[in-house]
Amino acid sequence: MSEETTAMPMSDSGSESRRRSPVEWLKDLRDNRAHLFLLGFMLLASLAVIDFRTWLVLTISGVAMGAMLFLMASGMTLTFGLMSVLNLAHGAFISLGAFAGGTVLAFWLDGFTDAPSLLTNLVAIVPALLFAALVAGVVGLVFEKLVIKPVYGDHLKQILVTVGGSIILMQLIEVIWGPNEIPVTRPESLSGAFFVPEFLPLIGGIVLEKYRLLAVVLGLAIYAAMLWVIDRTRIGILIRAGVESREMVEIQGYRIHLLFLGVFVAGSALAGLGGVMWGMYKELLTPHMGDEMMISVIVVIILGGLGSIRGCFYGALLVGLINLYIGFVEPRLAAVATVGLMVGVLMWRPQGLIPVIKI
Amino acid sequence: MLNRVLSGDYPRSRPLTALLLIIVTCLVLGPFLFDGIRAFTTLAMICVFIMVVAAYDLMLGYTHIVSFAHTMFFGIGAYGVAMAIEGMGDSFGAIGVGLVGALVVSFLLSLLLGLLSLRVKAIFFALVTLAVAFAFLSLVTQLYHITGGEDGMRVRVPRELGPAFRPFEEPLPGIDLPTLLKGLLTQPWNLGQVWQDSLFEMRFNGRNVMYYVLVVMAAGVFLFLLRLVNSPFGRVLQAIRENEFRAEALGYRTVIYRTAVVILAALVATLAGAAFALINRYVNPENTLNFELMVFILLMCVIGGMGTLYGAIVGSTLFILAQNYLQDLLGWVGQYTAGIPLVENLLGEDHWLLWFGVLFVLSVYFFPAGVVGQLRIWSLRRRNRQSPPPSGPDAEPVAQV
Repeated sequence: MSEETTAMPMSDSGSESRRRSPVEWLKDLRDNRAHLFLLGFMLLASLAVIDFRTWLVLTISGVAMGAMLFLMASGMTLTFGLMSVLNLAHGAFISLGAFAGGTVLAFWLDGFTDAPSLLTNLVAIVPALLFAALVAGVVGLVFEKLVIKPVYGDHLKQILVTVGGSIILMQLIEVIWGPNEIPVTRPESLSGAFFVPEFLPLIGGIVLEKYRLLAVVLGLAIYAAMLWVIDRTRIGILIRAGVESREMVEIQGYRIHLLFLGVFVAGSALAGLGGVMWGMYKELLTPHMGDEMMISVIVVIILGGLGSIRGCFYGALLVGLINLYIGFVEPRLAAVATVGLMVGVLMWRPQGLIPVIKI
Repeated sequence: MLNRVLSGDYPRSRPLTALLLIIVTCLVLGPFLFDGIRAFTTLAMICVFIMVVAAYDLMLGYTHIVSFAHTMFFGIGAYGVAMAIEGMGDSFGAIGVGLVGALVVSFLLSLLLGLLSLRVKAIFFALVTLAVAFAFLSLVTQLYHITGGEDGMRVRVPRELGPAFRPFEEPLPGIDLPTLLKGLLTQPWNLGQVWQDSLFEMRFNGRNVMYYVLVVMAAGVFLFLLRLVNSPFGRVLQAIRENEFRAEALGYRTVIYRTAVVILAALVATLAGAAFALINRYVNPENTLNFELMVFILLMCVIGGMGTLYGAIVGSTLFILAQNYLQDLLGWVGQYTAGIPLVENLLGEDHWLLWFGVLFVLSVYFFPAGVVGQLRIWSLRRRNRQSPPPSGPDAEPVAQV
């Protein structure tokens, strides 16, 4: 146990910690950066219970799941933040992306997925990801125009029509792809696991699934890209301003609806991307897979604070991690723990971890 | 008398009154008018869902609280009775214990959810209940040694409520309404033969006893809720729906009212769930707790008409009829479209829900008041056309034609 505590990465140790007493520093962390506090707390608490090597594998898997969840949830949180539209059909876009991407992988370019070389596999994977994003994005565009636009500003009707829209989309998926589950084999170069050589200290001998590593890398890349767009570009400024005050942006002469349409389409495309990633991870596509993910997505966006992209990222990490940790200790309680986490956080911070908007 | 029973809230539309009378007659005389087990199940489900949807309407239509945890309470009732009978044997005592236990659990859970809604605002409530209901569903599925998991549980009802119990020796006369109507339409000259064909012998058994218990329960719950929404309490709920800040400014503790509504709806759903377990005699996550079922309840409520309790009757009848018989219709249409690639699939028997979804979205846009609301609007217009509306502050709004 002692070597583990020394090697433990303090995820958020700053230089201030030396100047102030640790208790004060912790309190400051808890009050001002609740997301980091909770993340650190969860990592440490689980480390105390679970053996270090298992913990490392679980953590990486949890971050991978978090990355996929982030892809699926980011669109929904931005749509809500920007236009206060609650899109309960978001899950259908996840399924749609998974099926579109799965079609490319399993039927159109299946010849490329069997080859052991990564480059050949990429010939199938990249089009699959792009096609999933494209299909989800285009359907998102149509969906926004037809279903959501007439009910701006009326939450009750939004909930109703998006639930109805989600039924229609799910049924259309069943009409097009059939009601049966479709197996999707993971491309050859991503299917195996990756062994850390024995001689390395501490982490030697652990087994990491390649696909999860890819999910982590892709998730982090998209998060970085999104932060760049939101923080550094003109569109990002408009989005952030729109989240804070829609009217103000409109008064400045920007066509907020066009911006919102763009965000909605991008969000749907990201959901599709997340869906195909999730489908490849599960290796099985069902029309209801998006609905099942919706619960985690909802927990993520509530945890993070509706409308906040950073909160969404940390919320996704927390949900992914707690799923894996609790799933390891007692698999039956994983879903309950996820919801328990949400209820607990809501009791503590009703606005979510990183609130942006006042509801 | 009628005024007291209906709490002064009449259907206020002649077609609606006729529709309701037909539905209620069919439900009350149900086992004597429809032959066969499928019709019996359909009738029983309509009764169960009238209770569930009326309670949901109390939240959604009268207070604008969107909850996705209604099936959770329905499931608590169903599983409470099923588990009590499993543990204590098939006695009425077990049913009582199960029901009371389920009501207590529902009360505590809904109180908790209501208290949560003190801290979070309306839109959060929908999301929170969705998540909580999902956690409950997964818990029930996972704890299979108590709940039977995905396989569910058979409910052994007491003998008096089962098919083996015969209160009357002689079979009772029954008239099969579908056969009669079909005969009248196709061969009206052959009246005697049609009449003879549609007669059937109704063997009144314990399941019919349970059915009539259910009918009485549904009627009681419905009239109680009708009384409730037309009481001062109900007026406050509608005030909260229209403008929460204003209701609060008038001195009503809106939070208490909202919590009370959530609890009340949960208790009624639990009661309906218990009745469902007894009439269906089989409980599993799919028929009590599924998210799809929750969406169905939402559809029934909205299509029937939010904010009108009569909408619960109309909505659940329409929806359950569609669920059971629309497939037949689509199958009938399907035999003409077989062979056309995509259309064949679109009109397949399995995709009745697709068409219901389209209908639902269209009705939210064009008939947001639902069937009942729309019928009332139409008859109001008709009345206004016939007699010029009185002027003054009490005048009802003149609908534009």
